[in-house]
Amino acid sequence: MIYNQLTPYLLVSAVLFCAGLYGIIERRSLIGILIAAELILNAANINFLAFGRFMDVDKAIGQIYAIFVIGLAAAEVAVGLSIVIMIHRKFKSINVEKLVKLKG
Amino acid sequence: MPLSIGDLIFVCFVGITFAGAIMAVSLKNIFHNALSLALTLLGTAGIFVFLHCEFLGLMQILIYAGAISIAIIFAVMLSPPLSLKPKKRSVTKVLVSLSVSTLTFVTLAYIFIRTPWPISANADAGDFSATHIGEILISRYAFAFELISIVLLVAILGALVIAHEEPGDRRLDPEISLEDERWAS
Repeated sequence: MIYNQLTPYLLVSAVLFCAGLYGIIERRSLIGILIAAELILNAANINFLAFGRFMDVDKAIGQIYAIFVIGLAAAEVAVGLSIVIMIHRKFKSINVEKLVKLKG
Repeated sequence: MPLSIGDLIFVCFVGITFAGAIMAVSLKNIFHNALSLALTLLGTAGIFVFLHCEFLGLMQILIYAGAISIAIIFAVMLSPPLSLKPKKRSVTKVLVSLSVSTLTFVTLAYIFIRTPWPISANADAGDFSATHIGEILISRYAFAFELISIVLLVAILGALVIAHEEPGDRRLDPEISLEDERWAS
């Protein structure tokens, strides 16, 4: 019964988190970085729900935290994508290595 | 330890999630990345169902796979045509990010496996239902609930304001040539 233990869920979320971390460091396109950030938020959600199921707490609390994370992710994507659109309009590129205006 | 049918289904969902996650960060075409993200989110929804959170699984499909990945795919239309060849990745950067994420994973896995988690004896006893979530959401967590509504409202307005195009704002940066328009992977 793999799915009735806590550790497999935690390991799954660790793999998702590390995939997102890899993406954030390595990608050069802003949208790629946003996608990697979504992966990290999903890892957090799995952790919340897993601890909520296996720990001795009210079973709704983990799910409520996950709902808040989903709402914040929606807000983050809305603002992030509009920032990407603005950057694309001003710089004609969304490669983060080109965005060096503030470097002086 | 014999594998039950539930184990097989769980492993399938985990496999879907991993395949999507790895493709979402490793493929060079940003459109394929967005599609793989949707695959990951669907796999995660299946894992949520295994955690007895059917409501959250449905929300995940509706909001994440339905809305967020569609929004990202819309933004992908900013990308140059898919037929252009993407730039090569720099080997050092790949190596550095791989080693950082592998190191993080090893640390996390060590912590997760070695920690004696205080697991409750009858973990599945309790009310997982959406009714219970709703009751707690508007009683004990009412303030956070209102706060997240305001955050969403402000995010929508902010996104509109940021993405709004002012006339005469089309300034082409001369330092960036057309060559750089090629998709940076």
